[in-house]
Amino acid sequence: MKVLIPTPLRSYTNEREVDAEGATLAAVLADLDRRYPGLRFRMIDEQDRMRAHVRFFVNGVQTFDLTHPLGPADSVQIVQALSGGSCGRRQ
Amino acid sequence: MAKPLPQQCPATFRKAQPAAAKTGHIGPTIFRSTDLGKTRKEAAKPPAFAKAPEGEKGRAVDHTFWLTPAHADEPNVWYAGTSPQGLFRTEDGGVTWEPFSIVSDDPQFRAWMGSVQDGTPDGPKMHSIIVDPRDPSHLYFVMSSGGVHETTDKGRTWTPLVEGLSVVEGFDAANLVSHDPHCVRLCATNPGRLYQQNHCGIYRLDRPGTRWDRIGKAMPAEIGDIGFTMVVHPRDDNTCWVLPMDGGTVWPRISLQGKPSVFVTRDGGQSWRKVANGLPKQRAWWTVKRQAMAADAESPVGLYFGTTSGELWSSRDEGRKWETMARHLPEIYAVETATPA
Repeated sequence: MKVLIPTPLRSYTNEREVDAEGATLAAVLADLDRRYPGLRFRMIDEQDRMRAHVRFFVNGVQTFDLTHPLGPADSVQIVQALSGGSCGRRQ
Repeated sequence: MAKPLPQQCPATFRKAQPAAAKTGHIGPTIFRSTDLGKTRKEAAKPPAFAKAPEGEKGRAVDHTFWLTPAHADEPNVWYAGTSPQGLFRTEDGGVTWEPFSIVSDDPQFRAWMGSVQDGTPDGPKMHSIIVDPRDPSHLYFVMSSGGVHETTDKGRTWTPLVEGLSVVEGFDAANLVSHDPHCVRLCATNPGRLYQQNHCGIYRLDRPGTRWDRIGKAMPAEIGDIGFTMVVHPRDDNTCWVLPMDGGTVWPRISLQGKPSVFVTRDGGQSWRKVANGLPKQRAWWTVKRQAMAADAESPVGLYFGTTSGELWSSRDEGRKWETMARHLPEIYAVETATPA
């Protein structure tokens, strides 16, 4: 399946979109780590928790569940969540 | 001046130098360079805590804060201190890192580490990991907060080393979580002598003694002896430099009245002298963090410090005259000197 990689992690893949396999989101992330060593730990901590500023979407719908089932026709989008900034008036 | 003893294998003489990385948005890692930073390769297994048993909330490394090369007899070994506080070791030049000793998960150490409120604003720090150049089994590490700790058997057992250290008024000095040592340095020519810049004073400890002597009491009263960083002379165990923050407040982050000054002692802390020629005379509202000051091994010694406002300052004559080497950098966390082979 296709996986969209966020800009801060493209130093691992050198591509915006890559292929990965797996029956769950966890399996896909493990496959990505095999293909691009070190990539998973930047997104998932040693307690298997999603890091605070990394978000996962399956077919455009956000999920917080690493056991989320996936099929070959699904697509995964990994997004860097931004935080901070100002609540001030927009120009 | 004494002839230097055999040193820890200097980082610049090692095949690989590790550097900690954290972007703020993705998880922490360590990169290794074998060409003095021209290219870097990521560690295969960066420092990480053990997976917690089912149902328990385990800790996750937020960032690696400190890196120390081990003894010269262990050229591929480095130690790392993290935030939240943990102690790690690599034996392959930084490719894979494992928890070292009992420190990261021991209940007593975890209690001394306290909660996130007991550390600095960007997380409690494990730092000042020091290897005795005479003995690879003799190590120190320091927790902010949590005190100074020593092992003489390569981490099998540890002993706290906080006697004589002050804590913030109202806190219990008998509880190690109250202790906030900011920076501990070992003298290159006399590994039996340690200096310390603490949240509550400047200290010296001569081993095998165990009681720290508050040499900061000899600092000018209006300056006080609070700060973050401290460097020792590479060849003279009586000489060290500090850059104090405003000692008139409890949690200072700037020098008194925005007028930063370096102070030097040449007599082991019995007296201090201001060396500030060239430093800003006013409105310098910056902090110099605990890792952001360094000395080289030249004669006279070159001194360097970086500021939270992104200025790098240097002195080529042991602090007599200061000048800026670089401006408009990002916030400077750490400064190290290196001598390419």
